[in-house]
Amino acid sequence: MTDPLRAKFLPVTTILLGIVVGWYVLAVFMNAPFQRDLDRRAGEPPRIVVDFVEKTLSQPKPIVPAPHQVAQNFFENTFLRKITSNRSLVYHAGVTLASTMLGFAFGTALGILIAVGIVHVLALDRSLMPWIIASQTIPILAIAPMIIVVLAAIGITGLLPKALISTYLSFFPVAVGMVKGLRSPEIMHLDLMHTYNASPSQTFWKLRVPASVPFLFASMKVAVAASLVGAIVGELPTGAVAGIGAKLLNASYFSNTIDMWAALVAGSVVALLLVGLVGFAGRIVDRAMGARPA
Amino acid sequence: MNTAFYLSWQCLVAGLLAIASLFFLPIAAVEPAYSAPATSMLVTALIVGLILIGCVVDAKFSSAAVKATALFLGAHIAVFLLFAEIASANGIARTPFYLLLAACWLLAWRCVTVLSSMHPANRTANALLRLLIPAIFGAWILIIWEAVTRGAGIPFILLPPPSAIGARIANSLPVLAADVNQTIFKAVIAGYVIGCGAGFVTAILADRVSFLRKGLLPIGNMVSALPIIGVAPIMVMWFGFDWQSKAAVVVIMTFFPMLVNTVAGLAASGHMERDLMRTYASNYWQTLVKLRLPAAAPFIFNALKINSTLALIGAIVAEFFGTPVVGMGFRISTEVGRMNIDMVWAEIAVAALAGSVFYGVIALVERAATFWHPSVRGGRA
Repeated sequence: MTDPLRAKFLPVTTILLGIVVGWYVLAVFMNAPFQRDLDRRAGEPPRIVVDFVEKTLSQPKPIVPAPHQVAQNFFENTFLRKITSNRSLVYHAGVTLASTMLGFAFGTALGILIAVGIVHVLALDRSLMPWIIASQTIPILAIAPMIIVVLAAIGITGLLPKALISTYLSFFPVAVGMVKGLRSPEIMHLDLMHTYNASPSQTFWKLRVPASVPFLFASMKVAVAASLVGAIVGELPTGAVAGIGAKLLNASYFSNTIDMWAALVAGSVVALLLVGLVGFAGRIVDRAMGARPA
Repeated sequence: MNTAFYLSWQCLVAGLLAIASLFFLPIAAVEPAYSAPATSMLVTALIVGLILIGCVVDAKFSSAAVKATALFLGAHIAVFLLFAEIASANGIARTPFYLLLAACWLLAWRCVTVLSSMHPANRTANALLRLLIPAIFGAWILIIWEAVTRGAGIPFILLPPPSAIGARIANSLPVLAADVNQTIFKAVIAGYVIGCGAGFVTAILADRVSFLRKGLLPIGNMVSALPIIGVAPIMVMWFGFDWQSKAAVVVIMTFFPMLVNTVAGLAASGHMERDLMRTYASNYWQTLVKLRLPAAAPFIFNALKINSTLALIGAIVAEFFGTPVVGMGFRISTEVGRMNIDMVWAEIAVAALAGSVFYGVIALVERAATFWHPSVRGGRA
């Protein structure tokens, strides 16, 4: 049990370490011109290299913030502030999470519905499937701002517009995965149901649905990540005052790079938590349905 | 089953709706002085007649081709006439308009059902059918959109009808062309090529050095769940307002899917084949080029397809954070501000078209390159 862990742990940490070191080098390199400029104007050329490097890593609005600056900002805004505070990342993440979850729920329901329709109605299979694929070539994220503005014009504001964008992004993986899952029972199993004289609904509930559960959770993992992206981009445009996307845009207006990076880190943490949660739920359901641990 | 006269439920409901609509006439609320009621009645009778004829032909004939043709013509000519009825002004449609629209839609549905149950032996006919069925579906989305926006008189600012969007596209081709040139031909293509290329090279490297693979793969999988699009403002800050910053976003977005898929693909060739290559005394590169890369091709093309959409999204969203005064993302965000919603939709339509063409080209190349794969050779994909 420990051996694969160690086999994975060492390379991953090494590469992560390499990324952090590379990040520091990049930070020094990218921030150096501005720092040199500052020093020249102040009339105090750097005495030693170490001093100069230290200064590049502690600018208030650097081009590339150093990892420790981001970590510090993230820590302060996550753990040291009150949750209700406008600057708390937990507060912003909560706002984003709410619309993510709503959109994810809608998207999953819609995706399952479409998949059931496609599997059972031939006309839908032939006519709808190409459009589902085509629907994802529309850069919906790009028109998210307009959807928000238009919906606001007819009085729908707040959570729902953002959730709709998440829905649009998250229904696709679920629909495609569930179509695959509902069709995954082999002919042999279908024939067996046939010999039992099972009705279509019995075949559906007792054979197709259980067979599709692993597919459902696999696609839900993709869907929840997509749904978060949708929620964040939905917050970018006009009007959104709270949420990770709004925080990102705000920081970008004021060139608060450190805030920007911290917001990104917060979004990533939320994404990992969500995907982990869905994976965990999947494992529990698998276990409950009698799957043997692989 | 009674084959002599079999009425499908779609046709039954369509016929009932068409007859019901006769009790609520006229179709459109026009001022009496403005319209000629006699011709209007004639057109209405024609619409209802077409729908009923479609139903009867569907119920009476057994040949699927005859049925489909009658249903197709009946539904679409009727809808065309229906639109002519409300062409004079917006928001004048009354109840029978929607009843007849629903009836036409049901006929079209029945038409698609009949078409899907056809299995012509001819290959070209089959391919044509595969195109026709989704085309009818897509056309009906536009028809219903147009009917609802025009019939109910939905404000232009909320949702312009497709015809207005089409007119806008036709009128502003130079602007659209400039935007496409800036966003797609400069940012997307450059970023896509660099990102996919870098992902591919890194994957080969990771395949060669197993330590790198063990370290990169979990990270790559993790990154695929992250909202990478958020780096857009950072890239704009680093690389300036022009297309380079958008290309950088595209590079980052396309890198990891390519890496993860290629690594997975390189592991796809079987033990037997690899052993065979060893018995031929082939070295690493020979095995790679002749066995493992072809075996990985479906995975690589999968990544290329995923990336085609991601690249477009990345470039457009990155333009929200700062751009020269040209580009699709720029146009969308400014025209929303000026309430020129039809221009925004025109831009969306162009983006969707570009995305579909991009995807389609890759899918075609895939069919040509992986002709040996079961999913291409004729199984259902």
